[in-house]
Amino acid sequence: MRSDPKDYELVAPGSLQAAVGLLARSPGEWLPIAGGTDVMVQYAAGKLPSRKLVSIWNLAELRSIEVLANEIRLGAGCTYTNIREHGVIGREFPMLSSAARWTGGIANQNRGTLGGNIVNASPAADSLPALLAYDAELILISVRGERRLPYAGFHAGYKKTKLAPDELIRAVCLPRRFSGYVCHARKVGSRNAQAISKVCMAALGRVAGQTVEDVHIAVGSVAPVPLRLSETELMLRGKVINESLVSAAKKMAVAEIRPIDDIRSTAKYRAAVTGNLVAEFLNLLSADGKA
Amino acid sequence: MKKELVELKINGRTHELAIEPSALLLDVLRQDLGLTGSKRGCDESSCGACTVLVDGVAMMSCTLLAASCQEQEITTVEGVSQHGSLAAIQKAYGDWGGAQCGFCTPGFIMTVKSLMAENPDPSEAEVRAALSSNLCRCTGYSQMYAAIKSAIAAERNAMVEAK
Repeated sequence: MRSDPKDYELVAPGSLQAAVGLLARSPGEWLPIAGGTDVMVQYAAGKLPSRKLVSIWNLAELRSIEVLANEIRLGAGCTYTNIREHGVIGREFPMLSSAARWTGGIANQNRGTLGGNIVNASPAADSLPALLAYDAELILISVRGERRLPYAGFHAGYKKTKLAPDELIRAVCLPRRFSGYVCHARKVGSRNAQAISKVCMAALGRVAGQTVEDVHIAVGSVAPVPLRLSETELMLRGKVINESLVSAAKKMAVAEIRPIDDIRSTAKYRAAVTGNLVAEFLNLLSADGKA
Repeated sequence: MKKELVELKINGRTHELAIEPSALLLDVLRQDLGLTGSKRGCDESSCGACTVLVDGVAMMSCTLLAASCQEQEITTVEGVSQHGSLAAIQKAYGDWGGAQCGFCTPGFIMTVKSLMAENPDPSEAEVRAALSSNLCRCTGYSQMYAAIKSAIAAERNAMVEAK
C-alpha cells in the first residue's frame, strides 16, 4: 500500500538549533529527513515506521565543506554531487569521490546526503567503506551540545547506530594525512549506477620497498555493518609483500567477514570476491613499491 | 495532517496550492496540476521516469516532497518547448525514433536538459554517465543515444551561429 500524505506530519525548522530542539522535546518521535533518497522510498512503499518527519534539507549549517589545516569537515547534509565536485576531496580522498560517483545515479546524487547514508546504516552503502578507510570522525549535535567520536564503531549492529534519539550528525571529519598513500576502491555489482553492491571495498596503504608500513582495508555488503578488516591489517603491517603473504591475507579477510545469501548475491561469491579484492589491492601496493 | 498553502513555481508559472506538507511532488504535478508528462515508473527513485529539474538540477519527483521545492524553479517536460516550438532534444527524439513506448522519454529529456546546461559539449562517456539512472525497458537505447547526440550537436551549432 502506498502512503497517504494525510497520515503524515512534516515540519521544516529554519535552523539546526530549532531542529535539535524539536528532537529533544520528544526524542525518537521525529524522523529526520534530508534528501529523502532512502526515507521517501520507504514512504512511497508505505513502509515508513514514523508518521512524523522533520526536514533538515536546506539547513545551511549542515551543507558546508570546510577545508581546515588538518582535516576536511563535511557537513552531514552535503550531497554526493557536492562531494564529487569538490576539488580537495577529489585530490586527497579519491575513494570518497569515486563512491559519490557510483552511488545511485545523477538525480540521486543531487539529493542523497553523506549524513543520510551513515544514519540509514545499510551495510551495502557505497560511501561508508571509504569513511572507514580514511579514519573519519563524526561530530554529533543535540541540545546537550556536540560530541566527537570515531566513525569506526558507530554502527552497533545491523541498521543500529550510536546516534542518540535526540541527536543529528553535524559533520564528518576526514584527516588530511593520506596524500602519499596508494588508494584502491572497488564496487562489485550488476552495474555501477542504481545497483546495490554485492561487495564494495576501500583500501589504502603505504609501502617502503616491499614492506607494508601502513594499511587500511574496509569492506561493505559482507557483514551486518561496514567493516574494517582489522586483523588482516594487523597481520600485514611490517611484512614483505609476496605470494604467500597475499594468500594469507585473502584467507584472513574471508575469515573476518560475515557474508550472507540474499537477492543480490551469495555468501560464497561475496567471500571469494572479498579475498580477490584484497589480493588485487596488495598487488597494486607491491607494484607501487617497485615503481 | 492539515493541508497548507504552498507556492510552487512550475514552468515559469506560480501556482498557489493547498496540499499536505508530506505530499510528493510527482502527485502534485500529476493530480493537482494535471501535468501528466512526468511519469510514475518504479516509485522508488530507480527508473528516472519522474525526473524533473529543480533550479536546473535533475531530481526524481516520485520521492521528493513538493513543499521542499518552494521558492525554487521547477521544470517539467511540459516546460521544455520554447515559444510553442520543440526544443532540440524533442525534435531529435522525433527524427531518430528515440521514443518507443515513450514512458521513459520525459525523464530522459529532463536529464539531458540538465546535462546540456551543465556541459554543452559532453563526450559519449559523459552522456552515458549522466543518463545512468534513467532506464528504458523497451531497451531502445541506440536510437535514443543517436537522438541525444544529434540534439547536443544542434544546440552547439545554434550557439555558434548566435555568436
